[in-house]
Amino acid sequence: MTVKRIVRAGFLDFWRNGFVSLASILVMTVTLFVVGTTMFAGVILTSTISDLRDKADMSVRFTPDAPEDQILGLQKSINALPEVASTQYVSADDTLAAFQSRHQDNQMILQALDELGTNPLGAVLDIKAKDISQYDAIATFLKQQQALSTDGQANIIDSVDYFDAQHRAALDRLEQITNSAQRLGLAIILILIFTTIAISFSTLRLAIYTSREEIQVMRLVGAARFYIRAPFMVEGVLYGLIAGVITLLLFYPLTYWLGRSTADFFGGINVFSYYLSHFLLFLGAIIGTGVVLGAVASYLAVRRYLKI
Amino acid sequence: MIYYDRVSKVYADNSVALEDVSFSVEPGEFISIVGHSGAGKTTLVKMLLAEEHPSSGAVFFESMNVHEVPLGRINMLRRKIGTVFQDFRLLPQKTAYENIAFAMEAAGRDDAEIRSDVPHVLELVDLTDKANNFPDEMSGGEQQRVAIARAIVNQPDVIVADEPTGNLDPVNTFEIVQILKKINDLGTTIILTTHNKGVIDALKKRVITMDRGRVIRDDREGKYIL
Repeated sequence: MTVKRIVRAGFLDFWRNGFVSLASILVMTVTLFVVGTTMFAGVILTSTISDLRDKADMSVRFTPDAPEDQILGLQKSINALPEVASTQYVSADDTLAAFQSRHQDNQMILQALDELGTNPLGAVLDIKAKDISQYDAIATFLKQQQALSTDGQANIIDSVDYFDAQHRAALDRLEQITNSAQRLGLAIILILIFTTIAISFSTLRLAIYTSREEIQVMRLVGAARFYIRAPFMVEGVLYGLIAGVITLLLFYPLTYWLGRSTADFFGGINVFSYYLSHFLLFLGAIIGTGVVLGAVASYLAVRRYLKI
Repeated sequence: MIYYDRVSKVYADNSVALEDVSFSVEPGEFISIVGHSGAGKTTLVKMLLAEEHPSSGAVFFESMNVHEVPLGRINMLRRKIGTVFQDFRLLPQKTAYENIAFAMEAAGRDDAEIRSDVPHVLELVDLTDKANNFPDEMSGGEQQRVAIARAIVNQPDVIVADEPTGNLDPVNTFEIVQILKKINDLGTTIILTTHNKGVIDALKKRVITMDRGRVIRDDREGKYIL
């Protein structure tokens, strides 16, 4: 019964202060929009980085005439290294097949291959380290192996491609930029949240000012403080809810529009499909933030008026 | 039931509103507090409602010190004290009925109680036919009767009426005083502040006379002497 009266009074205040309500909702929408954008930016950046890190691996190319058992022996000793996560051996034939299928539209290359008669490509060993910084150690190990084998047999390793220190430095730098971008985003969000609280605070004070007679009468007849305060909190929560819904609706066309370009540019993440698949997360985060903001702002605003 | 114990009030600019005021009110009494403007009548009343705090001394209501009641529970005290003011303080966008119902809602009464009690108090102040009128459609006397109905609807132990007839003509003044007397006859304690000589002389009840923040007379069956 009391709850019903409180909610009804909250809705009534909301309608009566139409323009004030509109202003509060718009301010809140801006804040919630920034919150949502930061969420997207964080997702895109972290997924891009982890994508790049994942792509970082090491390919050891062998000479075409390298005997397979020697390669497999090397794979075994590499597997035994503590830094290595996994290795994958691709035989010379498979390498050739992959090469052919990659160039199946290019007759010139295929013809040249036919002309050669033999397989010019060697086997490849793909190595994944547990961490990007460990490729150097593996490369050193491979060099040692090569040095040991030079006296007796022919050198079987043709070349070693991997993320060297330079690549890594670039990646680290990218990560640093991402981190500071996220910190900056957080700072902006905090400032905007503070602004929203301040603006909602003053708009609600305006709403409360128009209801001051009512508050005075309520106090006179002995209404509980909560009973006086609650309708304004209902009003604030309503602002947050509506602003949240508007923000969620705004993100739909926006991510749809940006979806393809982000997928192309950032390698893999389509913000639109991400938005749809994580809709509940966004719903909770944005509407939750709005509701909490509204409630806190109005609680603080009425507090000042109730100190009697 | 109400006891002012050596209450003084000095404002920040050293102006003295009350000085060493002591008196007590028994249940069922009808007491009038008289004095010129600025004699401290309103300050005295605000003390009881805990809207003002004394500089020294204490105010007791039913043996509890009013100014030691925590802020969150002050509303329970105010529910036991009905208030009527010179400027009525009705909500302009609510009808007479709604103004009274609003007081019951704020006190947490349920809808069935409201439906049965509001017409009853409207009848007591003789406004049954004005139930659906807004304040600006009523005369001052009628508005003050609505305010009285609102003050008594939660069945308080005391009614505090601060200059209730200050804005009214003699006929309406007489009606308001008759209603207050009727409420007093039904058992409610009444504290009335006024500077209307006619009201006091017609009442023939206890009169406390104040001057410059002090109680200068306390007569069992008083007259307006200033």
